[in-house]
Amino acid sequence: MLAFRRPQELANPLVFFVMAVSLFPLGVSPEKSFLAPAAAGVVWVASLLATLLSLDALFRADHEDGSLEQLTLAPQPLFILVLAKVFAHWLTTGLPLILLSPVLALMLHVDESLLGVLMLSLLVGTPVLSLIGAIGAALTVGLRVGGVLISLLVLPLYIPVLIFGTGMVQSAAAGMDYTATLAMLGAILALSLTLAPFAAAAALKISVSN
Amino acid sequence: MTGQTPLLEAKNLQCERDDRILFENLSFSVDPGDVVQIEGPNGAGKTTLLKLLCGLAPLRQGELFWRGERMSQARPQFLSSLLYLGHKTGVKALLTPLENLRAWCAQREDVNEERMMAALETVGLAGYEYSPCNSLSAGQQRRAALARLHVSSAPLWVLDEAFTAIDKKGVAQLEALLREKANAGGAVILTTHHSLHLSGEVRRIQLGAAS
Amino acid sequence: MWEAFKQWFHRWGSPKWFYERSLVWSFWLGWGAMILLPIGIVWGLAFAPQDYQQGNSFRIIYLHVPAAILAQSCYMIMAVAGFVSLVWRMKMADVVLKCAAPIGASFCFLALFTGAVWGKPTWGTWWEWDARLTAMLILLFLYFGVIALEAAIEDKITAGRAAAVLSLVGVVNIPIIKYSVEWWRTLHQPATFKLTEKPDMPVEMWAPLLVMVIGVYCFFGYSLFLRSRNEIIERERRTLWVRELLAKEGKV
Repeated sequence: MLAFRRPQELANPLVFFVMAVSLFPLGVSPEKSFLAPAAAGVVWVASLLATLLSLDALFRADHEDGSLEQLTLAPQPLFILVLAKVFAHWLTTGLPLILLSPVLALMLHVDESLLGVLMLSLLVGTPVLSLIGAIGAALTVGLRVGGVLISLLVLPLYIPVLIFGTGMVQSAAAGMDYTATLAMLGAILALSLTLAPFAAAAALKISVSN
Repeated sequence: MTGQTPLLEAKNLQCERDDRILFENLSFSVDPGDVVQIEGPNGAGKTTLLKLLCGLAPLRQGELFWRGERMSQARPQFLSSLLYLGHKTGVKALLTPLENLRAWCAQREDVNEERMMAALETVGLAGYEYSPCNSLSAGQQRRAALARLHVSSAPLWVLDEAFTAIDKKGVAQLEALLREKANAGGAVILTTHHSLHLSGEVRRIQLGAAS
Repeated sequence: MWEAFKQWFHRWGSPKWFYERSLVWSFWLGWGAMILLPIGIVWGLAFAPQDYQQGNSFRIIYLHVPAAILAQSCYMIMAVAGFVSLVWRMKMADVVLKCAAPIGASFCFLALFTGAVWGKPTWGTWWEWDARLTAMLILLFLYFGVIALEAAIEDKITAGRAAAVLSLVGVVNIPIIKYSVEWWRTLHQPATFKLTEKPDMPVEMWAPLLVMVIGVYCFFGYSLFLRSRNEIIERERRTLWVRELLAKEGKV
């Protein structure tokens, strides 16, 4: 479960994150007037894509070496093991993304007072990305086309998280109260925390039987 | 054989793949002390049968009973009494044999470090405990998985092609271990193309002969 | 009572029973669609009164609204089928789920397309990031996901169960998506356009709409049964009854 032995694979999503963010000033406009209001969205979209990129590896290695079979046959309920895996995934992708986000946000001319809100929104949002993503990863684990398919399955489900995540930062930027949005994001987190491990466990069982 | 309820009982199992029925109406039971070898040519459904028994593949037809109880009810007890070793062993290539064994045991039974080291030594991995598995040979990786057998107290072992990539001495050792297990009241179900030299009785289930 | 229901329910699980019965149903549904759809279209396009604001362009709702309603309820049907498939392991539920997905996706696309065509003369733009439009777009994505997953897994039974899980996950998400998108619009700008709230539609206007909705449902049922029958034959081709059937029709 703790495959920290390949630092390169851990760094990949992060490098991708940084690169994707830097594409926006290059591709659209480096002007502060564009970047500052768009920054929260850019950071969020990039972290969403970075998470997506890392999802394929979530169960794939386990499937290939047979650990997944061992996991499904372990005496513990599968959803707890899934939860553990998702938590590990979040620690290795979500958390670094959060830690890196203020640096990138500053490069995009985000007002310093908003950094905290941005990080908070990511802190509540990225676990949801990992949880929902686990369902997609579990469904596609045995398939050759896995990587692309995950995006197709999971992206529509990510949209509410994206909306509330960026919405939270935008409310704060407009000087409005953002706690309501935070509460919504928290509610989504609570919901996915309770349901996603079961769905992912069911999906894993289906994939293993293939 | 002994009159008690069998450990594992299968009734009317069926398996089909790509429109071919591999076996049908397969019923048998496994008692404590049994060593059951499942035989058949490649593609006869041996692995699938083992997966069906463990619940890795969904039963399309037939029923399974664990100690006389229907499998759907007895699943938690079944899982904690099962050791399954598949084609793919679940040995993580990035971890060392010891870490692998430790991770595996952590989910199941309480085994202390010394017993793990002893088990690794028995399977011939002394001196390799701390090198990551991807630097080991195929046979050595297999042995790293087999070390689980030496620490396991699970009453039922299901081994799929356990003898692959193991040298002669290792095979003899494994055979002895299986015998010991059966004598101690455990049961073993295995597939292998290797002919077993076990003292005592080996029951055989032939698959794929009919078609 | 309960026993009778259970028996009835289990009969649905039998592909053979379904195959035999669905011929009759699809016949009636097919005719229903054949009759209702032309009536609705001609009535709606030619005879219903003009809208006092939008003129003739509003007439596209006779296509747009039924398609949108159907696209949404089709996903619900898929989710119910998915639930049945996972809980009772019913083969037919998988078949229905698989066959409904492309139909739903096409209606979803039709709704979006007609919406865009409508938007051009009404709002002066092909696409507006309106809450409903966006939600429909996401629904289309969900459909694509189910279809792609179904296509990617070789084993039909595994594919069916995987798609069932996905459609259930999707259906839990639909309210969240809807809510979030609506909230998102109100944040950015107060909704200027409302697609559905028409000030008191007169009977002459909504009657053809109703005919169209029922007609589209008939058409949906018809094509669903047709596709399912096809799928059943393919899946069950080894069973005795299908072989007998094919032998009778001289196709083997």
